[in-house]
Amino acid sequence: MSQQAVNGVPCRGKVLTVDNMNPNVKRVEYAVRGPIVQRAVQIEKELREGVKKPFTEVIKANIGDAHAMGQKPITFLRQVLALCSYPELLEDNKFPEDAKKRAQRILGACGGHSIGAYSASQGIECVRQDVARYIEKRDGGIPSNPDNIYLSTGASDAIVTMLKLLVCGEGRDRTGVMISIPQYPLYSAALADLGAVQISYYLDEEKCWSLDVAELRRALNAARQHCNPRVLCIINPGNPTGQVQSRQCIEDVIRFAKEEHLFLMADEVYQDNVYAEGCKFHSFKKVLFEMGPEYSSTVEMASFHSTSKCYMGECGFRGGYMEVINMDPEVKTQLTKLVSVRLCPPVPGQALLDLVVNPPQPDEPSYITFMKERTAVLSALAEKARLTEQTFNAVPGITCNPVQGAMYTFPRITLPEKAIDKAKEEGKVPDMYYCMRLLEEEGICLVPGSGFGQREGTFHFRMTILPPTEKLKVVLQKIRDFHVRFTQEFS
Amino acid sequence: LSVNKAHISKLHPCMSLTPFNCTREMSVLQEISQNVRSIKQLEYAVLARRANQIQKELSQGVRKPYKELIDVCWGDPHSMDVKPLTFVRQVLAACVYPELMSSHKLPLDVRQRAQWLLGRCDGGSVGSYLAPTGIPEIVQRMSESIRSRDGGVPCNPDNIFISPGSQWSLTNIIQVLVNNEAPLRTGILTPVPCHVTTIMSIKSLGAAVIPYFLSEEHGWALQVEELQRALESAKGGCNPVALYVINPGNPAGYVQSRKSIQEVIQFASEKRLFLLADEVYQDCVYGKNSEFVSYKRVLAEMGPPFSDTVELASFHSVSKGFMGECGLRGGYVELVNLDPNVVKYIFNLICKDSTTPVLAHFAMDLMMNPPRPGDPSYPLYNQVRNATAHEVVNSLPGFSCQPVEGGAFVFPRVFLPPRAIQKAKEEGMQPDTFYCMRLLEEMGVLVSPGCEYGQKEGTYHIRFCIMASQDIIDQVLKRLTTFHTKFMKDFS
Repeated sequence: MSQQAVNGVPCRGKVLTVDNMNPNVKRVEYAVRGPIVQRAVQIEKELREGVKKPFTEVIKANIGDAHAMGQKPITFLRQVLALCSYPELLEDNKFPEDAKKRAQRILGACGGHSIGAYSASQGIECVRQDVARYIEKRDGGIPSNPDNIYLSTGASDAIVTMLKLLVCGEGRDRTGVMISIPQYPLYSAALADLGAVQISYYLDEEKCWSLDVAELRRALNAARQHCNPRVLCIINPGNPTGQVQSRQCIEDVIRFAKEEHLFLMADEVYQDNVYAEGCKFHSFKKVLFEMGPEYSSTVEMASFHSTSKCYMGECGFRGGYMEVINMDPEVKTQLTKLVSVRLCPPVPGQALLDLVVNPPQPDEPSYITFMKERTAVLSALAEKARLTEQTFNAVPGITCNPVQGAMYTFPRITLPEKAIDKAKEEGKVPDMYYCMRLLEEEGICLVPGSGFGQREGTFHFRMTILPPTEKLKVVLQKIRDFHVRFTQEFS
Repeated sequence: LSVNKAHISKLHPCMSLTPFNCTREMSVLQEISQNVRSIKQLEYAVLARRANQIQKELSQGVRKPYKELIDVCWGDPHSMDVKPLTFVRQVLAACVYPELMSSHKLPLDVRQRAQWLLGRCDGGSVGSYLAPTGIPEIVQRMSESIRSRDGGVPCNPDNIFISPGSQWSLTNIIQVLVNNEAPLRTGILTPVPCHVTTIMSIKSLGAAVIPYFLSEEHGWALQVEELQRALESAKGGCNPVALYVINPGNPAGYVQSRKSIQEVIQFASEKRLFLLADEVYQDCVYGKNSEFVSYKRVLAEMGPPFSDTVELASFHSVSKGFMGECGLRGGYVELVNLDPNVVKYIFNLICKDSTTPVLAHFAMDLMMNPPRPGDPSYPLYNQVRNATAHEVVNSLPGFSCQPVEGGAFVFPRVFLPPRAIQKAKEEGMQPDTFYCMRLLEEMGVLVSPGCEYGQKEGTYHIRFCIMASQDIIDQVLKRLTTFHTKFMKDFS
């Protein structure tokens, strides 16, 4: 008998329980950091404690974290950020002039000349101006208004903010949001959290994960039965698939969005990560405007970018922005109000973003080193993309679409019937079972395809191509060997 | 006196300065979240618009009775010329650009700390993602620091969840509490006056604010009878699930006594309310007789049944205190006595939301493990803060100011003459907004009106920040005194 009952005080349950808490929160899952990662962390702990395993380290190829995998920061970016953090360093002649100039400009835009002061909720004005200029340059001169730029705590923050703004209605009128299958699980988690209706549209694995408007239409029409579809999310270049959409495809999507009266959310955080021959990044905004005023003055859209990917890989700074296009001014007021609830995005991240959109120019002292470092990162990624595709496609039972862009590979794996049965026995989804086995036997942490969504009866995993080339070769080899063993075991 | 123009341009962006040319039919987005719509537009917006105009006029050389505007609306110390702590900035710079670690210009303790912090990052870089619950060794140290603060009350690092700021954490916890599928809307007891971001967070999640009035005459005391009244008033209208307290206070500068905290805990226990304790100003205590004691500590010291049943979330941040690093965006919540199954879901939520900047997390370590006596950086690090601004204000006829024992603001009551109230009505403004507008126009000082935070009907207040350089505080008091004397005379 508990102490309380003994004392005559009635036993009481918790005030906040699983039954009375927000039901939406219970539906939130985020595979990228899910159970397999938790097991990986546990194994790392065991290794540190001296437990013997068939491997000496866990290779975390589950998350798109470049620096964690050994990618070096870009010198210029870190120099400016150091100057911003501790302005006394402006006296230090070890720092180049162009770095100092940018630091002074950023600090001049901060309250009290400190990155520790709050900024405007929408972001530091001169940074937004620089972002707008960068977008104009990128898009061949199509104007960008700094007032339409919202800086954010990484792109994820801006994506969630937009969804928070848009999701409304009850029952059959509840907002439906179209997302791709496979998708980056932030979207499905955010939709679950907001109680929005997820409308899945399948990317075509046979056609290099391309997007087909007919499939969009199918998904939309089916969804109209039970919700109010209002938003269409696209990730380009894609995550986890890495596909880079063709210009034609982007036009088709825009046309579709206009016809069906949908708000477009274009997640373009991998815009610098394009590797395959014949592939090119086309920004949704650019294509929109090149389609003429019938589209460019009507289609409502938000595009997202971040400092976490591309050649910088600065995930830890939480820098990002969104550009809203053709947003109703009243709605924009509401959006501006909403972002002020969290006060402001991290100022170091805003400073970093400013440097990304305003890098050293050819006539500046840091230019040569900057370009060298940038090129090295991007060409290494391109090489690893090619190597990965090649290696996996040579393994019977693994097929891998070309990694056209982004930072991941999403190969399809054939699992023997007996393995699928074994997985069921253990209460696991088959590709989770596969990935768990791989983790336990080889110390390699991947994310099962079920975490991203896939066609019924197919299995995949997502692996990042971020480990250094030599290590990546070893990882690819180990996965290959594991797959062969696994297939044999369950034959 | 340096007033940063950039600071003025950071004025609340609710004012859209660029006119929008938009002629087209019904937008896709006409329908948006009701929760977002329900967030009130700030009074500050109208003042900020005017301040921006004045700033422009000043830069164009228009003659005014003052050369610069002073904005003391926000709890933003650096923008009011409070200098960042050298130790903090040296460590952060070395972490950002590790080449600095070989420089002997940086003190040894700086280099050692930077090395230790960087060594805890994946890939040895501040550019890698943080694990959602932070770096275990840093969180461990944070928990030890909390235990030390609370006189030995145990602190489990697993119950600490870091975030990009206390408001972020608060929003997450409120989100878990809000059940939009329940028959009645979720309600949260919130003080009057209360700072705006908390109200906005509650509204944005679709919950109801249940106001309870702090008693100004008793030094803004929190009275249980008032909590009871508030709770009664909610019957049938919403389902009260939580009680939000802020200690030390904002905008009112009280520091709760142990007794007061005990009463609140007892009330929460009796009425089965979840306690949300916002303690971001815990390092800002001035009163000679006031001492900050945490809700967690009082709870523990009350013993069973309270100590092992009352569910509590306490919030802290790197934005206030001596560091004042608002721009870094770092905070955390500590959960006490929550159902472990609920905590699992909170963990999931945080994973998806995982977004604390690495530098902010480092700042938490620096805040909670500052240089110690004997460390090279210790002499420079140590600071004392006084708050006497409220005495000056209180001495002015027409003002009445409760003692400021803690927090970042002065929140005096201003006894507006009937003629002033009438004029305000004519101009379509709240009376205290009118006062603030006049102060801005005539003296170039921007403070915020009490109506922004809530106040008893028929009373008026202003709020301004005292976490500022002595220079700025002196200027503000000087200008305010001149203005106030004239204002009261003009409208008598």
